[in-house]
Amino acid sequence: MSKARLATMWLDGCSGCHMSFLDMDELLLEVLGKADIVYGAFVDAKEFPEGVDVTLVEGAVGSSEDLRKLKMARERSRVLVAFGDCAVTGNVPSLRNPIGPKAVLESVYLEKPAVNPQIPSQLVPELLEEDLPIHAWVPVDLYLTGCPPSAARIYDCVKRLLDGEPPEAVSEAVAFKFG
Amino acid sequence: MSEVRTLQIDGKDVAARSDQTILSAAQDNEIGIPTLCHLEGLSDVGACRLCVVEVEGTPKLLPSCTTRVEEGMKITTTSERLVAYRRKMIEMFFVERNHICAVCVANNHCELQDLATRLGVDHFDLPLMHPKLPVDATHERFAIDHNRCILCTRCVRVCDEVEQAHTWDVAGRGAESLIVSDLGTPWGSSTTCTSCGKCVQVCPTGALFEKGRSVAEPKARRPYLPYLVRVAEREQ
Amino acid sequence: MTAVGTPAATPPPRRRQAGPLIPEGPVRASAHICQAAGCQSMGSDRLLEVLSDEVLGAGLRDVAVGRVGCLGLCSAGPLVAVPEQGRVFERVRPDDGASRQDLLSSLSGEAKGGRPLAGDSFFSPQVKVVLERSGTVDPERVDDYVASGGYTALAKAVSEMAPEEVVAEVVKSGLRGRGGAGYPTGLKWRTVAIQDSHAGKYVVCNADEGDPGAFMDRSVLESCPHQVLEGMAIAGYAVGASQGYVYVRAEYPLAVKRLSHAIREAGREGFLGREVAGTRFGFEVEVRIGAGAFVCGEETALIASVQGGRGTPRPRPPYPAASGLWGCPTLINNVETFANIPAVVAKGGEWLASMGTERSKGTKVFALAGAVANTGLIEVPMGVTLREIVFGIGGGLAPGRRFKAVQTGGPAGGCIPEDLLDMPVDYESLTQAGSMMGSGGMIVMDDTSCMVDVAKFFMDFCREESCGKCAPCRVGTQEMWRFLDRMTRGAGTRRDLEQLESLADMVRSTSLCGLGQGAPNSVFSTLRYFRDEYLAHIDDRVCPAGVCAMNAGGRSEAVPAGVGVAGVGSPK
Repeated sequence: MSKARLATMWLDGCSGCHMSFLDMDELLLEVLGKADIVYGAFVDAKEFPEGVDVTLVEGAVGSSEDLRKLKMARERSRVLVAFGDCAVTGNVPSLRNPIGPKAVLESVYLEKPAVNPQIPSQLVPELLEEDLPIHAWVPVDLYLTGCPPSAARIYDCVKRLLDGEPPEAVSEAVAFKFG
Repeated sequence: MSEVRTLQIDGKDVAARSDQTILSAAQDNEIGIPTLCHLEGLSDVGACRLCVVEVEGTPKLLPSCTTRVEEGMKITTTSERLVAYRRKMIEMFFVERNHICAVCVANNHCELQDLATRLGVDHFDLPLMHPKLPVDATHERFAIDHNRCILCTRCVRVCDEVEQAHTWDVAGRGAESLIVSDLGTPWGSSTTCTSCGKCVQVCPTGALFEKGRSVAEPKARRPYLPYLVRVAEREQ
Repeated sequence: MTAVGTPAATPPPRRRQAGPLIPEGPVRASAHICQAAGCQSMGSDRLLEVLSDEVLGAGLRDVAVGRVGCLGLCSAGPLVAVPEQGRVFERVRPDDGASRQDLLSSLSGEAKGGRPLAGDSFFSPQVKVVLERSGTVDPERVDDYVASGGYTALAKAVSEMAPEEVVAEVVKSGLRGRGGAGYPTGLKWRTVAIQDSHAGKYVVCNADEGDPGAFMDRSVLESCPHQVLEGMAIAGYAVGASQGYVYVRAEYPLAVKRLSHAIREAGREGFLGREVAGTRFGFEVEVRIGAGAFVCGEETALIASVQGGRGTPRPRPPYPAASGLWGCPTLINNVETFANIPAVVAKGGEWLASMGTERSKGTKVFALAGAVANTGLIEVPMGVTLREIVFGIGGGLAPGRRFKAVQTGGPAGGCIPEDLLDMPVDYESLTQAGSMMGSGGMIVMDDTSCMVDVAKFFMDFCREESCGKCAPCRVGTQEMWRFLDRMTRGAGTRRDLEQLESLADMVRSTSLCGLGQGAPNSVFSTLRYFRDEYLAHIDDRVCPAGVCAMNAGGRSEAVPAGVGVAGVGSPK
């Protein structure tokens, strides 16, 4: 039996969920026994590959680049997991929503910095009007809440998914909690 | 004088006093009905609608916190429909304002968060509203963050009924409703607030909090209200 | 007698004061000028002065010019009736002499122009009980009301009948609450009457009419406030209350003014006060002015507001009949319900019960509006068909337009399509059709109305008016409006529609009061009969009626969770 293909993706988030993934420690070996990590912050892959079995998406969708990557992940993955509170609810990145992107940019780049205040416009993706959870844009198969989700819960979910359990069953079996 | 009523809750035969509500009769029999605006020691307003139950022969769902038991009632506290509705209600509380558990003072001891876990709400289908709301930190010891307020009015009631200061009330209507102190003036300039902190104690979320507490710092949540109420009654 | 147009030898007689012009001798003809708010907004108050001067100037010494209440054809105001000739003149303007020519000719004896009351498709099918005196008596003169038989029912009740007998007549009449829900009035009265209360009981008249486009109660109060006061006093006698309140919204200043004036007049004449009609029964009425919250039409919110509190509802039971104002048994009826009472007592319950259908007795006042020729206030017997109202009394649609739906019941009501037009108008039929009687708003819509847009309009109203106490209504109306708004912008999806329906069901089932429970009804009823219009908005991005902007091009600014926008993602 060939190994499953696991990917992770880091959008508008702090990477804490990826850190928590690493906190699986020795259980990582078990996961890696079941699957190859084919894309994400842990590996040096430039392009999101085709035919991924499970993708964990950390972070909300805050920019046009986030959205482009998310759509690609959705197209090329069998199971897409909203990985952590930012992906599930918008969480901290969504704190900017009540005031809008313009006010945020002005506050960060014009009002706060001491030298050469300017809003970056080159080589940076455009901010979306609202920072939204990923299921606002694409269908999501499993919501793995937590800020970050504990390593134990990540392991539980990933293992079940890699073992072929349908996402709905995993959702039923694992206890979730925001925050 | 109250009399004895016999009824069925979730198929279980129970006896209750005629002045008891369905909620209190259920609690006496260790049948858990989710609640948010209800708090032992305060009057009930039936506002959060989480505790609605099905009563045989009644087409409408009834809030168990304000509905008195009646002889022969057959009550269902948990059904597929009720659970679906309750999940939707929890979702509503989350999406109408800006609840960011990760940075909330009430994280890990928040009644809304606990209910989401208990009822299996792991994401929100309803669109998030992201309103722009103020934070009033003018009080010396406490602050109110309206982003986290679910308008349960526990603070209003405890201030009025127990502390009898009536500093808090509700202003505006609909989605614009806002808990205000002293006719909408800053809390810190309130002439009625006694700084007793009861409102902070009864707040189910992190909307009312003690200054200086950090994210997820536990706070004592003693069930002291019934005690206070009994003391007050005895004094009269 | 001076002929019209002949210059008077002496200067024209000057009027000593403003107000009605009453000849000293016998009256040969009279001009009854509608002084309800609709006609006043078209200048009917100035018309009273202008026409009086003209009549005097023409030397018509046997012509009276008087104030009356609503004449019904509100969109054609100012309206003037000449009862001696059975004619109504439309659009008689104070600033346009030509518009008064036919009327002046008629007043001087040469019947000309106007619209005959007899045989008219608008006037003649109507049956008037509530509006019996609307358009015939001066709303500001208690003498007029008394001369037309007013306060005889009150006198009869308090001096000849026992309270139980009054209640029995109301029960017999089969009258049901005209505020919308249709609860049997007699039953409510009996419930209050049998309560034991040392602290007293109260009678409250709900005049917090708030449905968009509805103005039945306003018109009744502006046209004949005494009829409502008489009904309330009879109710007070029947249930054992000595204090009444009329809760009327601040947006009705003329109604408040006339009502307050009527209360003073009735007090002076002994119809209200410590000894009503010379008996030991005492009954006082006070006006309470609401600040214009729709939810205060809900009885428990109304009570909270009368008590000076925030106008929010509370769960029932206890019903106000057991515990209402200040915890006392309280009878709350709508303006129109009370206005029925004097006739019920004077003519007997059976008389009212002889009109209408098996379960809906008497008449109902409707504010007919929208895409029909005749819009205004009408009163019809229960059981009349919607077709008779729309195409008979309403005079049908504009040429070339197709009927689409008639909306009844206000924000909690629904839209009734063409194939149900022959349905009788009664409480049960309307409810069965997915709408409700409501307080009497009736809006006719033709093919230029988009039903998704209509649902959005009513949802917008509900979210604005939600008091915010319970979460399903506070949040649910907002979210439902968002889904509808997305559809009308061409950004809606099938998933939105699914979510909208499930949300509507949840809000209806779990909201605290009638506002939230009824708010989803506009969605339910339009989906029931016009689902194809929703689907056209969603699947084809087309608004069939051409009403909606459908302009959501490019990236949508706020994308509801779980939903892909155009071109993004696809459902699992």
